[in-house]
Amino acid sequence: MKQTFLRRLYFTAVALFLAAPLIVVAGVSVNEKQDLAFPPKGFSLAWYAQIFADPEWRKALIASLSLAVTAAALAVAIALPLAWFLWRRIAPWANVFQILGLAPFILPPVITALGMLTFWATTGFYGQPWTAVISHAIFFITLPLVTLSLGFASIDRSLVEAAATMGADDRTVLKTVVLPLIRPYLVSGYAFAFVLSLNEYIVAYMTIGFTLETLPIKIFNALRYGYTPTMASVSVFFVAVAALVFGLIARFGDIRKLLGAMSSES
Amino acid sequence: MKREAPKSIADYSPLFFPGLMLIVFFVIPFSTMIAVSFFQRDPSGFYTPDFVFSNYARFLTPFFGKVLGFSLMLAVMVAICCVVIAFPFTFLLTKRPRKVQTIWLVCLLSVLSLSEVIIGFAWSTLFSRTAGITNLFVAIGVMKEPVALLPSFWAVLTGMVYQALPYTILVLYPALVRLDPTLLEAARTLGASPVRAFVNVVVPALRNTIVATLIMVFVFALGSYLLPQILGRPSHWTLSVLITDQAIYQSNMPFAAAMAVFLVLMSLALVGLTLLVGRRENAL
Repeated sequence: MKQTFLRRLYFTAVALFLAAPLIVVAGVSVNEKQDLAFPPKGFSLAWYAQIFADPEWRKALIASLSLAVTAAALAVAIALPLAWFLWRRIAPWANVFQILGLAPFILPPVITALGMLTFWATTGFYGQPWTAVISHAIFFITLPLVTLSLGFASIDRSLVEAAATMGADDRTVLKTVVLPLIRPYLVSGYAFAFVLSLNEYIVAYMTIGFTLETLPIKIFNALRYGYTPTMASVSVFFVAVAALVFGLIARFGDIRKLLGAMSSES
Repeated sequence: MKREAPKSIADYSPLFFPGLMLIVFFVIPFSTMIAVSFFQRDPSGFYTPDFVFSNYARFLTPFFGKVLGFSLMLAVMVAICCVVIAFPFTFLLTKRPRKVQTIWLVCLLSVLSLSEVIIGFAWSTLFSRTAGITNLFVAIGVMKEPVALLPSFWAVLTGMVYQALPYTILVLYPALVRLDPTLLEAARTLGASPVRAFVNVVVPALRNTIVATLIMVFVFALGSYLLPQILGRPSHWTLSVLITDQAIYQSNMPFAAAMAVFLVLMSLALVGLTLLVGRRENAL
């Protein structure tokens, strides 16, 4: 009894710590006037409408969404053949590419950002919107690479062998057996990369920060000049998008397995 | 289909696109950065090609020493706080029903994916005078009037623990979920209380995991580039903040690159150490 109570207390404390700043932000986002007050004075959803109505915020929203959609797609396009090759072939030296794919995520982000900045400045493309797409794709390739490697590892090789014995060539096996089996992992890899790209600040800032504003860049720039409630409503919007995407992954996939639990049984 | 060694060039074809992308857009930018760290600063533009060590020589100044010392100290504190909070939490979480675990994991991922900008903004609101937590303390009568809790060292530390805590839990999760439940059962059968079984059996069994996690969180905390800037004073700036500042606002790319190279070497050495610790665990 006492132990259950202590455990509940502990869980509640962690939950409160994680939720507190978000609750306050949600609170200030519904203030009627433009002040930073909690508990909110009055109630208004005007600051949420502002994200879509104000041309500056809308522009940032569109920039962020287009960046995240394309960068995540490119990251998956790079990770899929690589993960497939590593699963299909015995080529120890090819693991170099796996390490290269994991490195940007493990190293402090400012390093990738600075590498990209020097690279685009040297090649003369600095500030072009597409440079951020490539930079984000490389920065987040780790996520689809990890989920896809997990997906390939979960495939029962005898299935593939059966298909091959019955005369299917590599391409047919890939299309009819392998791809359907790894589709959930493909989708979650894309989703992870999408959400993180949407939230990413430093790489985007160092590649296109002076020509185009994504939402995180816009929030930071606004933060430096003082407070507007739209910052709060955009933040709530971000939390909602992340919770929605990860909730969907959990609903249609096995998030515990994706995060390293051995099997779905427990 | 068995795994086979590639026989012809065509067998290698899936590697072409990923290999090309990673080399052109990761290896080359990385090398460019290393090259730039030896360049001469050009006050009018970015930099001029050269081969000088003056950017690295600046590491010997007391200013850099102070920033480095502070960054390391802060990252160590963040790592210790996170592991102390996260380890028992993750252990208890793995004992909960699957549905409870799933909900927690979704929430943790949502917080983990949040932009550092948003985390910084959220905590600066929570620590502010007008909308902050001190208003609550005033309401319940603990404090006389609301105060601003930032900029301060504790604000930076809290923000960074907040940022790294979901990461810590998710790093610990696989190891704890796979922990052999019979270990704990044996201890309980032999009469150990749950707390005692946890401290005397689970913690020692996962000693190497704990060390590896401490290092991973340490490296993660070293990468925090905005929170010290938003929640702290300039004296609370870390190496990552300084690199951004030098590259963007002081336009001293060569010095920024030299510091970045230093940060890479330090992080790589630490990640290497984690792998070594992990290997020893597998050998046991």
